[in-house]
Amino acid sequence: MKREARGSLKAFLIELAVYAALVTAYFFLVLAFLGEWLEKIYRSGRHLYAVLALALIVSQGIALEAVTTALLAFIRSRRGDE
Amino acid sequence: MNFAISGAHIHPLYLIGVGFIVGVLGGFFGVGGSFLAGPALYAVGVPMNFVVGTDLSHIVGKSIVAARRHRALGNIDIKLGAIMVVGTIAGVESGAQLIQWLKKTAHIDWAVGITFIVVLLSISGFMLWETIATSRRQRSTRKTPKAGQHPSKSDHSAASHIARWVHRLSLPPYIRLPVSGIDRVSLWAILFVAYIGGLFSGFLGGGAGYIRMPCLIYLLGIPTHIAVGTDLFEIIISASYGTLSHALKGNVDILIALVMHTGAAIGAQIGATLTQFFAGPRIRMAFIPLPVIGAIIVIHGLLSGHGAK
Repeated sequence: MKREARGSLKAFLIELAVYAALVTAYFFLVLAFLGEWLEKIYRSGRHLYAVLALALIVSQGIALEAVTTALLAFIRSRRGDE
Repeated sequence: MNFAISGAHIHPLYLIGVGFIVGVLGGFFGVGGSFLAGPALYAVGVPMNFVVGTDLSHIVGKSIVAARRHRALGNIDIKLGAIMVVGTIAGVESGAQLIQWLKKTAHIDWAVGITFIVVLLSISGFMLWETIATSRRQRSTRKTPKAGQHPSKSDHSAASHIARWVHRLSLPPYIRLPVSGIDRVSLWAILFVAYIGGLFSGFLGGGAGYIRMPCLIYLLGIPTHIAVGTDLFEIIISASYGTLSHALKGNVDILIALVMHTGAAIGAQIGATLTQFFAGPRIRMAFIPLPVIGAIIVIHGLLSGHGAK
């Protein structure tokens, strides 16, 4: 049981480290450049901004869920091979 | 990092950290987590109107992650969630209208606020009694769940007689909810529960999961794991509606929400996965402080003179 718990913790920490690296890259490549563009849209057209805001958060939700699920599945399969 | 839309300057790691904590809570309890995210945003200088709108948009993203995980675990009753959306949106509008009405009326906010506090504290008190009674009963009968069985199949409650009474109500039309194991329940009972959740959400902001989750369990008799998953599914739709509405009014800084959500996404996965390792009464017991926090928010709103929002 202890061995199993240690294995789960190890898998979780690996997932967290890989996820942190991916999020950092995403942050510098995408989010850092979105600010000015979003502000322009916010000032010029509120309707477009509202639709865009919802589309962005929904897309990010789906994408990050896929990334975390894939990461979990990959780590579990690697643990199964060991 | 500078967030030009709201004019706030916040370190992204702070937002990711807040998102992570709220994500774990949301995934585990099926709540939006506004009681934590709202004050955390306000504390670093985000204007109050942006706090409400931005938090709602972050809830959309987080709930998508947690709900998809719950769906994979078989914890979502889509039919129930879809019906509830109608009642929730009506409730959210009523809550917003109530605020507009209170602005014109003196002292009524105190009367409504105190009623809310009593209701929320009663929920916590009732859940505390119910989980203790259920745990004692389970200990004496020593029932253990079968291996591979969905946790909802072995979920028992000492207050199940309330749900049985609601199921017997003669108010057609009736709905069958096979995923939740309910053969017959009045459509009006479902809409009523959704309306109450929406009313609190529209009046206090956020997802109001602290009232909807107990209502699903005790009034409709939904097993705890399915109540958590279905509440999240329903929050996606109601929070999306709230995001659009607030964004049109200029109350959403979507960049803050996107940064927060990077932390919330992993937190929500962890929270949702954790529900597998806890029985229904344990989840309900851990939920007990949340309505108390909701009551504290109302007390703070009344004392600071900000009303509910």
